[in-house]
Amino acid sequence: MTGTTAAGGLHLPRYVREPAALRTPVGFPDYRSAALRAPLRTPVDLPHRLTEITGPVLGEDRVRPGDADLTVRSGGEALGQRVLVHGRVLDSDGRPVSDALVEVWQANAAGRYRHVGDNWPAPLDPHFDGLGRVVTDSLGRYEFLTIKPGAYPWGNHHNAWRPAHIHFSLFGRAFTQRLVTQMYFPDDPLFGQDPIFNAIPAAARHRAISRCSLERTQDNWALAFEWDVVLRGTDQTPFETDDDGDVA
Amino acid sequence: MNPLDVPPDPAGPSQPRTGRRGSGFLTEPLRLGTTPSATVGPYLAIGLTWPDGAWAAAEGAEGGIWLRGRVLDGAGDVVTDAMVETWQADPDGGFPSPEDPRGASTYPGFRGFARAQTLPGEFAVHTLKPGRVPDGQGGLQAPHVAVSVFARGLLDRVVTRVYFADEAQANADDVVLRALPDDAARSTLLATPADDGYRFDVHLQGERETVFFAV
Ligand SMILES: [Fe+3]
Repeated sequence: MTGTTAAGGLHLPRYVREPAALRTPVGFPDYRSAALRAPLRTPVDLPHRLTEITGPVLGEDRVRPGDADLTVRSGGEALGQRVLVHGRVLDSDGRPVSDALVEVWQANAAGRYRHVGDNWPAPLDPHFDGLGRVVTDSLGRYEFLTIKPGAYPWGNHHNAWRPAHIHFSLFGRAFTQRLVTQMYFPDDPLFGQDPIFNAIPAAARHRAISRCSLERTQDNWALAFEWDVVLRGTDQTPFETDDDGDVA
Repeated sequence: MNPLDVPPDPAGPSQPRTGRRGSGFLTEPLRLGTTPSATVGPYLAIGLTWPDGAWAAAEGAEGGIWLRGRVLDGAGDVVTDAMVETWQADPDGGFPSPEDPRGASTYPGFRGFARAQTLPGEFAVHTLKPGRVPDGQGGLQAPHVAVSVFARGLLDRVVTRVYFADEAQANADDVVLRALPDDAARSTLLATPADDGYRFDVHLQGERETVFFAV
């Protein structure tokens, strides 16, 4: 036991929370699945202590060779439009988040997931499983090669179609930084009718959309899309834990 | 708002900018807008399944316990497409993380982190009972596990804490539990002893809605 002597004098960062007006709410009226699932009571503010400012170390050992190339699986090439998805993982202070695990999953070119629960009768692709894993480099950069996912219907409302998207899961350095999100493609005509996209406050929606990056597009090979992910950063002011219980 | 983060609404018609120029110097520290969260959706198993996901403590680790529980929705139905992640201190109160200002702990066979899906009806995580961790106010927190729940229908994760019903004395002194309004709220965070560990159900809604935290 470290005992009470360890209680004072620990310098802990405080992770800044985005204002509610720029954060996705947990529930959203037009998103039907939220009705019985999104908690109804106001969450209790939890000041950041040791549990919240630490997090697991998950690195290269979670990634196998080939995990960054989703276009070649089971000994063959996936069907669809090859795209290179790349970008940086930063925190809101603008610092790169290096050695961070990024997990992605997506539908195939026809809009079908390789999952027992997906009954949409679009074809499965024997050479596409839709799973990718990468770790950011020392500058926070990541990239993976995949095919552009198709849109798919999902029954939330009449004629509901999800815009093409790639699911992302990220770990930063701290429990507070954990993020699961979705990356979209520019100028998708389905944005206007999608409650999952529109649950994001209007002023923050552009942050979920990738940019076609001609500079990384590869001649006769693949289009490229760039998307930076910004995790929560820390308040620049150092706090002394025994000075201010609020940030302990 | 960060002046570099100009937000055109992609769903609406494009807006002309004001054309006004700044001084060329940032007047406040650079702050980038964080990426908005989105639901994991129903197919999280594709991307988030790990063969060793459940093992916060390695198989056979001394003192290993199973933390199991259900996730329930507002109708009282069991949610079978959720994922629960846990993060916690080791039995000595250290975290296997370089972010711990006391230094990363290296408790044998202990990762501190686990993830488990609820497909079988409940999640199950193999771990060690955490020790007490300084609360930053001169005291110690009661043993606790930080929990994130992800599911279709949740556009962001929800965060709660597992405490242990058989730690009454430590719980009575805990700074987080003490700040809750009443025993009914506190009781939603208590895992109860079971044969091989503890049980902890998460109620997303309803009379016994679990206390969730804004971190
Ligand atoms: Fe999806």
